Amino acid sequence: MTELMRPHAEQEHADELAALVRVDDRPRPPSWRLSPWAVVTYVLGGTLDDGTVITPKYVGSRRLVETAVATLATDRALLLLGVPGTAKSWLSEHLAAAISGSSTLLVQGTAGTPEEAVRYGWNYARLIAEGPSRAALVPSPVMVAMETGGIARIEELTRMPSDVQDALITVLSEKSLPIPELGSEVQATRGFNVIATANDRDRGVNELSSALRRRFNTVVLPVPATAEEEVRIVTRRVAELGRSLELPPADGAEAEIRRVVTVFRELRRGVTEDGKTSLKIPSGTLSTAEAISVVTNGLALASHFGDGVLRAGDVAAGIVGSVVKDPVADATLWQEYLETVVRERRDWKDFYRAARDEDR
Amino acid sequence: MTRVDDTTELAPAEESVPADAVVGATGPPETQPPVRVLGIRHHGPGSARAVVAALTAHDPDVVLIEGPPEGDALVPWVARGLEPPVALLSYVVGDPTRAAYWPFAVFSPEWQAMAWAVEHRREVRFMDLPAAVTLAPRRAVAQEALPEDAPIRTPDAPGDGDPAIAPDLAYENADPDPPSEREQVRTDPIAVLARTAGYDDPERWWDDVVETRHGIDPFDAITEAMAELRRYAPPPRSHAEQVEEDRREAQMRTVLRAATRDRDRVAVVCGAWHAPALTGKLPPASHDAKLLRGLPKAKVATTWVPWTHSRLAAASGYGAGITSPGWYQHLFDATDEVVARWFTEVARVLRRHDLPVSSAHAIEATRLAEALAVMRGRPVAGLDEVQEAALAVMCDGSEPVLAFVTNDLVVGERLGSVPGDAPLVPLDADLRAQARSLRLPVAPEPKDLVLDLRKDNDRGKSRLLHRLRILDIPWGRQMAISGTGTFKEGWRVQWHPEFAVAIVVASGYGTTVESAATACLAADPGSLAEITSRIEKALLADLPDALPPLLAALDQRAAHEADIAQLMEALPALVRSQRYGSVRGTDTTSLEAVATGMLARVVAGLPAAVGGLAPDAAAELRPHLDAVSATIGLLSDEARSLWLGGIRKVLQRADVPGLLGGRLTRTLLDAGQIETAEARGALGRALSHGPSVIERAAFAEGFLAGSALLLIHDRAILSLVDAWLAELAADDFLEVLPVLRRALGAYNQPERRALAERISALDREAEPEEVEADLPLEDLAEALATVRLLLGGGTGGGTWAGHAGGGGTGERGTAASRLSEGGNNEGGTAASVTGGGVTGG
Repeated sequence: MTELMRPHAEQEHADELAALVRVDDRPRPPSWRLSPWAVVTYVLGGTLDDGTVITPKYVGSRRLVETAVATLATDRALLLLGVPGTAKSWLSEHLAAAISGSSTLLVQGTAGTPEEAVRYGWNYARLIAEGPSRAALVPSPVMVAMETGGIARIEELTRMPSDVQDALITVLSEKSLPIPELGSEVQATRGFNVIATANDRDRGVNELSSALRRRFNTVVLPVPATAEEEVRIVTRRVAELGRSLELPPADGAEAEIRRVVTVFRELRRGVTEDGKTSLKIPSGTLSTAEAISVVTNGLALASHFGDGVLRAGDVAAGIVGSVVKDPVADATLWQEYLETVVRERRDWKDFYRAARDEDR
Repeated sequence: MTRVDDTTELAPAEESVPADAVVGATGPPETQPPVRVLGIRHHGPGSARAVVAALTAHDPDVVLIEGPPEGDALVPWVARGLEPPVALLSYVVGDPTRAAYWPFAVFSPEWQAMAWAVEHRREVRFMDLPAAVTLAPRRAVAQEALPEDAPIRTPDAPGDGDPAIAPDLAYENADPDPPSEREQVRTDPIAVLARTAGYDDPERWWDDVVETRHGIDPFDAITEAMAELRRYAPPPRSHAEQVEEDRREAQMRTVLRAATRDRDRVAVVCGAWHAPALTGKLPPASHDAKLLRGLPKAKVATTWVPWTHSRLAAASGYGAGITSPGWYQHLFDATDEVVARWFTEVARVLRRHDLPVSSAHAIEATRLAEALAVMRGRPVAGLDEVQEAALAVMCDGSEPVLAFVTNDLVVGERLGSVPGDAPLVPLDADLRAQARSLRLPVAPEPKDLVLDLRKDNDRGKSRLLHRLRILDIPWGRQMAISGTGTFKEGWRVQWHPEFAVAIVVASGYGTTVESAATACLAADPGSLAEITSRIEKALLADLPDALPPLLAALDQRAAHEADIAQLMEALPALVRSQRYGSVRGTDTTSLEAVATGMLARVVAGLPAAVGGLAPDAAAELRPHLDAVSATIGLLSDEARSLWLGGIRKVLQRADVPGLLGGRLTRTLLDAGQIETAEARGALGRALSHGPSVIERAAFAEGFLAGSALLLIHDRAILSLVDAWLAELAADDFLEVLPVLRRALGAYNQPERRALAERISALDREAEPEEVEADLPLEDLAEALATVRLLLGGGTGGGTWAGHAGGGGTGERGTAASRLSEGGNNEGGTAASVTGGGVTGG
């Protein structure tokens, strides 16, 4: 096992990528290491003709992934939108790794991201010693991607200041980056593209200008479509996390995971799974990632303070904490949910009691 | 090999070609009149175009179309102002609930065939089983039992594998599962072929495989493919379905034989699945005659009715329909650049919704759709690809925005029209039949009616008039009538000729007044107020089937209603509706369930809604709380305990306004939820520790309002109030007085009298209970006198009467009478009263 805490996608799945390159005989867009079909297979998993098993990286709609890959193949930039915890960055990393073999040309969008992170900066010692030259110029990940025909990733695009965002407009529309100091420019090699992610819960942070927005095709990553799918994701991640946190495995987790997922899904969608009762939607996001942390937390409680069996009481506190973010509105809707939905479910009595105790 | 081009000149050439070269299995043309069998996809624009080309080439004398022969006489209307989408409708005379529809859009091959025939003055004959047979009671009985949720009822069973034509509707509704591959082989065999070839969108497959190969007549290939498909297809789900299918094809062959006898050139337009059964050497006529012998028949009438695109779509319960009539219309209209033209339309729709979409978007969307098609190994972009590209490029990934495109374009709502002089629609027939049986004359002269709802006939009239009002056919206007009694209703009925139009419009909702009114109520319910009013209408018009969808909508609105007061306002009405409904014999259990659910929401939101309210707002909320408390008894015990539990929870809060705190404590006490001692404690605490004197008084007001019995019978509470009043400082008393007056002024005369007696008794006797033992009763005299004054106001009797001089107008009574007179001017009067009271005592 590697000593690295978290290897990049292209490192971790190097053998799968190599196998795909071997069998992939479909036409590839310029500079792409794989054909669009192979990229989709890499992301969604499958078995190749030569028997290599490709693990699924993203569990979700094939159509979305196809739209995303087709977008990149038409040289339009791709904007992945979604609530926190819907695997936007995860998908962006794997797409970049599969298409250009490197997921490391990354710009993290923050309120303090400078324009240099998108265009270029200077090595000032050299600039002063030698004057402006290409050697004194420090290229940004975007610039490197342009030169090499690779994929640049921009995380949390909407958190960047608007003026920095707009530096991308020329890059995306003209496919060139002027360097006025040197009187030259960098023109993008074919294959260059940008994958940006943004959280549509705080869309208002720095809303994209319509000029920039127009350069992107938008793919909204949804929360998992079915309860089964979400239970599977939560179970798998909880198991992985449990191993790395060295939590002893607890019994009865399956039923509680299903319950956590059910509660999250119902409140998120504003309707019960049987479609009979409508619900108010809480202010929190209730993402799958949060469900995972509720369950992990419950496991820790169960194994360190309980009898090793994951019970309703172990997850109730976590659920209430995730749902009730606003003390008035969310508390009300949680009460409504408990009384109109949870109370009616015969096999949820333990959870109802635990949640009510939590409430006091 | 000669090609059959879509030119008439080539038609004779085709005839001379050896049969197996082009006409394929249609039989030897030398010995039989040439028959062309055109196996189509229902509502398939590609088929429609090909049918027109084939008809033009073949130039038949008679066109046989899959459909009920009752429609033969109605074909001329195609040229007389029918605008598709329209449907042929057959209904059982005297029972319009049993009806079957055959809908046609412009791009339906059957419609195109009819239009071609009418234009070229050729005969059209429908060749399916008569509606008289399909609607015959033997099937209807079985179908009546099926649950139905669509506005349109058709009693016909499918069985045949041809659900693009409506007789299968009822069946499809009854079956919640989407059609499996096994069924789809029958229902839409061309879609199965397309999917086998890797296409999601059968029309795009048709375009790609059939249309783009110009000049090759597709129908023989289709027939051959279907023959193969039929050979290996799984059997239908039941024996009955197989029999039904055999009968239909027997009928088709019978009509075909008759046509070949008396006409030279025949064209057959039928669902692709049936094409092989009508091709080649037909089985002996006697075989078919045996199958068709002795089928029961119903007396049916047939007419044209307007239809809509959305009702062609599966979304409205036309289970076997098509989901994208607008897209098909586009495929039918667009001759080239299908995808680019589509995105231009999408851009136009989005702009109409004020969304900024440029031509650049349309270009990028076209590119993406084509890239997606390539990636999926499809030669052309289908509906899936264009929708996904529109979502990613033009809608910023927003599903709600894409819904504009879906509604306006993919479904592309369109309402067909039928000229006014077309035969009677079944709704009209039903209306007139009902009016006749209720002896209600359809006359233009106004006539006033007073209906006694206890009589069956009058109740029937009221029901009919209410239902017609729902359908926007205001035959009767409700009139105020003198006299009491909820069983009477006044109406003025007057028939206007323009109702004919309203009836045709309403006939889209259903075939009978009842089913149409139900569907109309359930459609698009709107706001909370609108829903409750519709629930009321549904109960008035006795339409129990309209309730479940309305209640579901109500539940949804209630979930999203943040204002507890609104919910509390709606709740008593709902609970009463439940009672009201039960008077009329409607099943209202579902209504009760919704009311209980709504109560749970009120209870959940109550603590937050009550906490920290200003006095004004608290006063506004109080009647709602009282109203809910008053009606809660009509619901189940469980609901009652939920409500009372909710109140307890509210009372645990520290920031409940005094008025509501008092009121809710009293509610609990009256409901027997808390002991008198507990209530006493609460009152004592509130009166001694309330945040301000006015809040304390408000608590007392809330607690004491309503009935005086508590004060009369609970000496301890009376003493508590008494003591509190006595200890008030003069200024505070001044402030408190109007509040108390409000609370106690509502007691009735005997109550006041009784209370006065108790107070005087309190004055005389030493209190035996320990709570009061510590109170310096002798110091309370003044306050007690004031209380008497407050309560007195004209009460006589007992000890008090002696003091006051009776009648409330004695010397001590002066202040008291001023108080009671001054109800509308409390502040000013109270000042003088206080002075008088304090000194006077």
